[in-house]
Amino acid sequence: MSEANPSLQTTAGANSAEAALQGPSMRKQRSLWGDALRRFRKHHMAMAGACLLTIIILSVLVGPYIYRTDPKAINLMIPSMQGPSAEAPLGVDDLGRDLLARILQGGRISLAVGLVAMLLSVCLGTLIGSIAGFFGGMVDQFLMGITDMFLALPQLPMLMLTIYLFRDRLSRAFGPETGIFLLIVFIIGVFNWMTVARLVRASFMSIKQKEFVEAATSLGVSQIAIMARHILPNAFGPIIVAATLDVGSAIIQESVLSFLGLGFPPDTPTWGRLLYDGKDFLEIAPHMVLWPGLMIFLTVLCINYIGDGLRDALDPRSRL
Amino acid sequence: MTAYIIRRILIAIPTLLVISFVIFSILALAPGDPMSQFAANPNVPAEVRERIRESLGLNDPFLVRYGKWFVSMLRGEWGFSFASRVPVIELIKQRLPQTITVIGIAYLVSIMIAIPVGIISSVKPYSIFDNLATTFAFIGFSVPTFFTGLVLILIFSVNLKWFPFIYDSTLQVRDWESFVKMVKQSAMPVTVLALFQAGTLTRFMRASMLDNLPLDYTRTARAKGLSERVVILRHVLRNSLIPVVTLIALGLPTVFAGAIVTEQIFRIQGIGELLISSIGRSDTPVIMSVAFISAILVVTFNLVADIIYGILDPRIRYS
Repeated sequence: MSEANPSLQTTAGANSAEAALQGPSMRKQRSLWGDALRRFRKHHMAMAGACLLTIIILSVLVGPYIYRTDPKAINLMIPSMQGPSAEAPLGVDDLGRDLLARILQGGRISLAVGLVAMLLSVCLGTLIGSIAGFFGGMVDQFLMGITDMFLALPQLPMLMLTIYLFRDRLSRAFGPETGIFLLIVFIIGVFNWMTVARLVRASFMSIKQKEFVEAATSLGVSQIAIMARHILPNAFGPIIVAATLDVGSAIIQESVLSFLGLGFPPDTPTWGRLLYDGKDFLEIAPHMVLWPGLMIFLTVLCINYIGDGLRDALDPRSRL
Repeated sequence: MTAYIIRRILIAIPTLLVISFVIFSILALAPGDPMSQFAANPNVPAEVRERIRESLGLNDPFLVRYGKWFVSMLRGEWGFSFASRVPVIELIKQRLPQTITVIGIAYLVSIMIAIPVGIISSVKPYSIFDNLATTFAFIGFSVPTFFTGLVLILIFSVNLKWFPFIYDSTLQVRDWESFVKMVKQSAMPVTVLALFQAGTLTRFMRASMLDNLPLDYTRTARAKGLSERVVILRHVLRNSLIPVVTLIALGLPTVFAGAIVTEQIFRIQGIGELLISSIGRSDTPVIMSVAFISAILVVTFNLVADIIYGILDPRIRYS
């Protein structure tokens, strides 16, 4: 975002009447991304969401270095499940482990799952969508058939089924934490690329008929270069919006799986796993559920608002 | 119209075939062998094990096994639960009513909230009401259902003690007293599901109304001197409902997924709970059947959505 800043300030600083007098050639250049940033800034909720999300990400990244309590250490000095106190700002869980440390640690995993799963689904979706949109015909029909089929799969039961069937083998191969991480990220990614594929296909189909693509073709640019260098950058808007919203839904899906007991192993404190651990102590220790739940809620809310703002900024026609 | 419906059904059948094939292959590719228990048992010699495999058809080619499985699923022979030895279809018959009541009521509630709120929001966009409604809708679909559920339990069961927080699935409505009990125990699960669904639906309803409001036919209706009420409710609403009705049909399988979580929170003995407990017990026949049912649900409701769309919007039929 910071690279786009100078162009924005110059635009705002230029007196429009003066610019009009000097003629179009003298007018300060407005970049496409500068315009988008300006529209994004007008969306107050999206700006607020971006700020709050930055705070959450920073505290999760830096937090464990400042707040140095071991998330796995059992503190025998504090009564089990005690609420917030001076020694443990957010309280402790049923085994006497510090909840703040566990939430900071868990946030890293939850956010990482969201990001990596999003990257996977966006890459898959972009690849499939661009091939389908660019080549059209039989290729398009075949790929869109697969996309429709994936859209018709019952999502959550399928996620649960695959995790149930493959989790033991993967945790044996890569260790419990890495194995489950790979499995969850892979599965969430593989079941969520369809929206991106459809968006990218639609953009490719309309952009490939533009004159600049024809120009590139007549200059002898290879098909792959046309796809990657000429068409793809023009389709970035909807991809970015979808990618943002995908992070949120991946975080929710991970926490749902963890909440159902199909996610990370017990000593890996993701936000969903913390909720799962706390749900049986709701009456005695509500803090064990409230804090991790609030973190998931706030993070996803921020991401959804940012996605909404980005849609206004990058893709104003497809407003919902 | 008949031709359109037949065409849609012809598209739905291969989809169901492919989905069931995917479910079957995931299971077939998965590690683990039904005979592994015998492999560990020294009393079962290798050739006996081989004969059992042969008699169960485990040595058949993959496609043959899939064919047999699919045919017996369609005929309602879903096998027996490993854990309880009860026919799977009996288990599902026991569980389905619980799920359908909760999901059905929640879905109706969410539609009854979403449509009026969406209409009012779109008539005066960016008013105070619209901003409030949009914010609530945003929160509605950003809060994961498990969190809403736990917060509701905390407020209404633990603190206020208004509602019980465990759903009693054996309760049957016979008289007024048991009816009140039923309403009380359903209140929270229904709210959780309805809140989530209403969020998406409200936004969709509002967007669809806003698409139709600036169109020519709206202006014509106003120019004829019709009252604003008639313009909105008779002209704009009817056309705006077309995509929303489709979304409602398409969304039902999603609510089904939401019910898996909700049932877990409130301990409703429904079909989602059956799926999770079967996964815990590695009860493969039950897991497969529930996955198959949800696949059928998805395909059926896609079909229903297509047909409704065709009825409401005649243009679709000819494209």
